[in-house]
Amino acid sequence: MAETIIETLPPGTRLALRAAPEPAARLSGAFGVVLPPPLLTAAHGGKRAALRLGPDDILLLAEEGAAASLLQALAAVPGAGPVSLTDISHGQIALRITGPQAGELLNEGCPLDLDPATFPPGACTRTLFGKAGIVLWRTGAAVFHVEVARSFAPYLRALLDEAAADLA
Amino acid sequence: MSRLPTGGRIDRSRPLQFSFDGRQLEGFAGDTLASALLANGVTVVGRGTKYHRPRGILTAGPEEPNALVEIDRGGGRREPNTRATMQPLFDGLVARSQNRFPSLRFDAAALAGLAAPLLPAGFYYKTFLSPRGWHHLWEPVLRRLAGLGRAPDAPDPDRYANRYAHCDVLVVGAGPAGLAAALAAAETGERVILCDEQAEPGGWLLSDPQESIDGQPAWTWLDDAVATLRAHPRVRVLTSTTAFHYGLQNFLALAEILPEGSRLRERLWQIRAKRVVLATGAIERKLLFHGNDRPGAMFASAARTWLNRYAVLPGRRAVLAASHDSGWQSVFQLQDAGAEIAAIVDWRAAPPPPLLEEAARRGIEVLAGHGVTALPDGMLAMPRAADGTLIRNRTRTLFCDLVLMAGGWTPTVHLFSQSRGRLRWDDAADAFLPGEPAQNVVCIGACRGTDDLAACIAEGQAAGAGTSLPPRVQRAGGLAVRAAVTGADGRSFVDPQNDVTADDIRLAVREGFRSIEHVKRYTTTGMATDQGKIANMVGLAVVADTLERAIPEVGITTFRGPYTPVSFGTLAGRHRGVLFEPIRTPPLHDWAAAQGAVFEPVGLWQRARYFPRPGEDMQAAVARECRAVRGAAGIFDASTLGKIEVVGPDATTFLERIYVNALANLAPGRCRYALLLREDGCIADDGIIGRLAADRFHVTTTTGGAASVLHMMEDYLQTEWPDLRVWLTSTTEHWGVIAVQGPRSGEVIAPLVEGIDLAALPPMGVACCTVAGIGARLFSVGFTGERGFEINVPAGHAPAVWQAVLQAGAPHGITPYGTEAMHVLRAERGYIIVGQETDGTVTPDDVGLGRLIGKKKADFIGKRSLDRPDMRTTGRRQLVGLLPIDATVPEEGAQLVIAPGSATPLGHITSAYASPTLGRPIALGLLQSGRVRIGTSVFALGSTGTAAPVKVVSPMFTQPAGEGENG
Amino acid sequence: MLLIPCPHCGDRPEIEFRNCGEAGIVRPTAADDAAWTAFLYLRSNPRGLHAERWRHVHGCGRFFTLHRHTVSDRFESAP
Repeated sequence: MAETIIETLPPGTRLALRAAPEPAARLSGAFGVVLPPPLLTAAHGGKRAALRLGPDDILLLAEEGAAASLLQALAAVPGAGPVSLTDISHGQIALRITGPQAGELLNEGCPLDLDPATFPPGACTRTLFGKAGIVLWRTGAAVFHVEVARSFAPYLRALLDEAAADLA
Repeated sequence: MSRLPTGGRIDRSRPLQFSFDGRQLEGFAGDTLASALLANGVTVVGRGTKYHRPRGILTAGPEEPNALVEIDRGGGRREPNTRATMQPLFDGLVARSQNRFPSLRFDAAALAGLAAPLLPAGFYYKTFLSPRGWHHLWEPVLRRLAGLGRAPDAPDPDRYANRYAHCDVLVVGAGPAGLAAALAAAETGERVILCDEQAEPGGWLLSDPQESIDGQPAWTWLDDAVATLRAHPRVRVLTSTTAFHYGLQNFLALAEILPEGSRLRERLWQIRAKRVVLATGAIERKLLFHGNDRPGAMFASAARTWLNRYAVLPGRRAVLAASHDSGWQSVFQLQDAGAEIAAIVDWRAAPPPPLLEEAARRGIEVLAGHGVTALPDGMLAMPRAADGTLIRNRTRTLFCDLVLMAGGWTPTVHLFSQSRGRLRWDDAADAFLPGEPAQNVVCIGACRGTDDLAACIAEGQAAGAGTSLPPRVQRAGGLAVRAAVTGADGRSFVDPQNDVTADDIRLAVREGFRSIEHVKRYTTTGMATDQGKIANMVGLAVVADTLERAIPEVGITTFRGPYTPVSFGTLAGRHRGVLFEPIRTPPLHDWAAAQGAVFEPVGLWQRARYFPRPGEDMQAAVARECRAVRGAAGIFDASTLGKIEVVGPDATTFLERIYVNALANLAPGRCRYALLLREDGCIADDGIIGRLAADRFHVTTTTGGAASVLHMMEDYLQTEWPDLRVWLTSTTEHWGVIAVQGPRSGEVIAPLVEGIDLAALPPMGVACCTVAGIGARLFSVGFTGERGFEINVPAGHAPAVWQAVLQAGAPHGITPYGTEAMHVLRAERGYIIVGQETDGTVTPDDVGLGRLIGKKKADFIGKRSLDRPDMRTTGRRQLVGLLPIDATVPEEGAQLVIAPGSATPLGHITSAYASPTLGRPIALGLLQSGRVRIGTSVFALGSTGTAAPVKVVSPMFTQPAGEGENG
Repeated sequence: MLLIPCPHCGDRPEIEFRNCGEAGIVRPTAADDAAWTAFLYLRSNPRGLHAERWRHVHGCGRFFTLHRHTVSDRFESAP
C-alpha cells in the first residue's frame, strides 16, 4: 500500500464570507469563482476556492498576500451588501493528506463516513478530528485538504503523524 | 503431554516457548495459552476468589470464568485477568496465576473453604454493615483474599488507536452463519465488516471438522469462505475483535487486539452500520452437582474444541454429565481420539434412542436418570429421585480425570439485548431468544436458537442478502434447565468466578430477595467478567425453582456493555500523554520558551507566567516585572484573548442587546470596556468593544470565554433576533496581540507606528495602521492602570513585530512580563478577572461596575433580572480591597468572618498577591455589604485554622497614573 | 453515539453537536417576577417526547429544534 503523505501547506489567504446566497452570488466575478457553491461543497478555479460550510457561511481561499486587495475588490462590488467579510488568513493552518489510505487515516479521529460515495471529491464540511475542530475538503479521490485553527495545528499534526505511522 | 500426534489447526512447524508460574513450557503457533497449558498437562490454573478452591479451565472461549491469568509482557506491560482461552500464544509469553497465596499448589486461604459456612451470600455486605468499625480489622485480610488480579503499577507503554468506520452490513461472529451472511452481503456489493473475537474465523466449525457444508468438508468450505471474503474489496474481516457494545442507531464498539509484536496493541473500532447481523453463537450451560468447579470439570463443547482445533486430549478417562443431547457427540469423538469413557451419566431417564444405540455400539455405559457428586478421584453416580435429589443408597463409583458437562445452550443475546431488542422466553429452546428488534438488526444461527448447520447457513444467506429469515431449526434437546437444577446439591457452584453456590442463591431468596436483579447484586452471581455468560441462566433457574415460579416470570437481568472486559488503553486510544488534549500555544510561545519563561495552563492554553532571570524566584521575577511596567514599559503576550468580528448594518443594535453598556454613541475609532451578563443578571464575561466602522466592531472576550461568548452571541442572533443583519466571525487565532504597557509605552512604539498620528490616538482609541511595517489594529487600552497599547497583528507576523518592539523599547528598559505580573498589576487597580472575582452569582453592582450599565437602554441580556428583589437587596456581597494587617499574603479562597471563632462567613478572598508597588500584601474579596464596611476590619480564616485580621479598603489600591480605563 | 439530523447537513455524529436545552422557552418582553423566574429556571423535563435545541457547533454552526424521546433517545417529528 502506498504511503500516506501529510504536508503542511504554505500560507494562504483566507476570508470568512458570511452572506445570504443572493448577495454572495454578486461577488462571484470579483472573486473569480461562482458563489455560493451548493451547501457542503467547494467550488474552485485557479488558486481560488470557496467552501460552503453553512447556509450563509463561506470560506474563501486564495493565494498568499491577497487579503487586502481582495477585501477592497469585494467591498467595491456595486450592490453587494449586506455581507460580512473578515480576514482570517493567519488564524488557520492547512494540511494536505494524500494517499489511498487518506480516508482511513482521517477516520482515526474523524467520525464521518468518508467513503467516496458519501463524501466525494468536492465535498467539504466542518467536523472534528480527535478533540480539534477542522474543515475537511476532499480535493481528489485520495486527497484531502484540512484547515485547522493555528493553535490546534501541532496537536492535529502529532495525532495524524502517529496514526499514519501505525497505518504504514 | 496430552498433545495428539496429528490434527488440529496448530502449526507444528512453529514451536513457541512460554512460561506459567515460572515453569518453562512449549506450545505451537495457533495455540491459545489455555490449549498450550492443557497440552502440557497443566490443569490447575487459578483459585476461586472466596474459598480459594483450585480451579481448572472450564471453557474454550470468552466465557471462561476460571483461567484468568496475569500476562507480563515486560516493561510495564502487566495485564491482570486475561482469559487464557482468548490469549493467543506467542514466543516468550510470561503468564502467572492469580488469587493464590502463597502458591497455586498450596493456598493458605483455601482453609476458607473449610470455613465455608462463614461466608454465605451477602457476606461482604453483612460484614461491612455492622458493627461499625469492625471492617477495619477485616478489610485488609479480605482485600488480600478477595478480588481479581493485581492492577498494573507502571504506565502502559503500548500504543492504542481508535477508528471510526461505516458499513452497510456489520456481521458479528464468523461462525458458519456469520460467514454465510458476510458472503451473501458481499455479493450484493455492499460494504461489509465481519468481526470475530477469535484469532481465526470459523466459530464452531473450528471445533467440528466432521461436519460438511454443501457437500464439502467443513474446513474446506471454511478456508474457501475466508479466502473469498479477505480478497473482496468491499469486505473487511476483523479477527481477535470483540463487538462489546451495541449502542443506538446501530453504532457498535469493537475492541481489536493486534498480534503480538504489532506497533499497536489494541484498536477501538466505532462502527456505524446500516444493518447488523448478529451471529454470536451460544454458550454451553453447566450442570449443578457437588464438585462441578473441580479442575478437570469442563464443558463438553470445550473438550471438542481442545480435541479438534488444538489436537489436545484434555483427559485420559472421562465421565459425561449431561442433561442435553449435545454432549454425547463430544464423548464419542474423545473416545475415537483414544480417551477412555468411564460412563455417560444423563439426568434424563430416557435419552434419545439413537444416542443410546451409538453408545451401546461403542461399548459406553450409560447411566440414564442419574446424577453425580464428586469423589477425590472421580465421580459417584446415583439415581435421581423425582424431586431431583440423589438416591444415596445406590451409588456407582466412576474413576476419571475429566468430567464433561453438557447442560444445554444459552444463546448469546448480549448484543441484541444491548441494542434494546426484546428477549422472549422460548420453551422449546429452553432459553431467552431474540424477540422484537429495536433497530435494524437480525440474529441468526445459534444465538437465534438454531442448532442445525445447514439451517445456520441458510439463515446467514438470507440475512446477508437482506431477505426474510427461514424458520428457526432446532434438532437437539434436553432436560429443561429449571428441572435440571431441582434438588441440586447446595454446594454446587453456579458461578465459579464469584464463588456463588446454589445454596447462596437459595439463601438470598429465603432472605426475601425476589427480583433477579437484586439476587444478582446480593450474591454477585454473573458479575465481574461473566456478565451473564455462564452463571445467569443456571442462577435464574435456581431462583425460579426456589420461588416455584417459571423462569420467564422471574425475568432476566439487563445486559450491559462491555460484553467482555476492555482495557482502559483501548478506550483512551491516542488521547494520552501530550495528546490527551490539545495544548494550545500563542504565536509568541516559542520566544517565551527560549527566554526560559515559566508557563501555566489557562484552559487548553499554555501562557508564560513569568520570566525569571538567573537567581530569581517567582516572587522576585514578578516584582521586577511589575516595577518595570509601573516605572517604564512592559511587553506582554495577550494573544489568547478571544476576539470576535461583529459586522453588519445592525451590529450596534445587536451589541447593545448583548452587552450592558450603551454603545450607540461609541464613535468609530473608539473602544469601551464592556460587561456581558447571563439572563439571570450575573456577570458572564467582559472585554473591550472597539468600533472600527459604522458596521464593524472588534470585540474581545476573556481567554476562557472565547468559545462560550461566541456561542451565546450566535444563539441570540439566530434564535431571538434573526431579523438583525449581523454576522459573527471568530478572529481569536488570526490576531497576535502584543500588549505594551507603562508610562513610556507611547515612546516605545512611536517609531514603529505609521499611517496614523499616534499622539492623536486618545486613550480607549482604536486605529488601523502599520506597526513595524505590518498592518495592525492598534488599541490604546490596558489592563494595568498605566498608559498602554495592545497591538493586534496577524499571528504569523507577531514574532517579528514583538522583536521590533523589544528593540525599540530597549533604550526605555522594556521588560517582558507574564500572566502573574498581569494579575498583580490589575489587582492593584481593583480590576476584576471574570471567574476569579466573579463566580456566576455576581452582578455588575456587586463588583462596583454598575456605572457601565446603559441606563436608557430598553433591553439587554440580564436587564430584567437586575430588577428582581434579591438583586437589589442590601447585604449582597460586594467587591472590596483587603489589607492584611500582619503583612502576609492571605490565601485565595479564605473565608471572611467578623471575628475569630465566628462560624458565619461574610464572604471570601478572591485574589491575593504581594504588591510590589505598595510594598505590602493586598487582596480582593467579596464581602457582605462590603462597601459600607470600608474602614473596618474583618478576619480571614486560613486553611490551617488561623484567623488573620484584614482591613477593608477600596479595591482601587492605587490611583490611575495615566488615563487608562479599566481594560 | 447518536446520529443527529441537522436540517442543513443531514445525519451527523453527536459529538459535532452541542445540546442547548429545552426548546420553546419564550423570552418575555415584559414579565412579573414569577413569569421571569419561570423563564429563567423552570423546565419541563418530561419522560417522553422533549422539544430541545441543538447547535451543529462543529458543522454548519446553526441552531435548530428537534423532538427527542427521552426514554428511547429516538428523534421524532413534532407531536
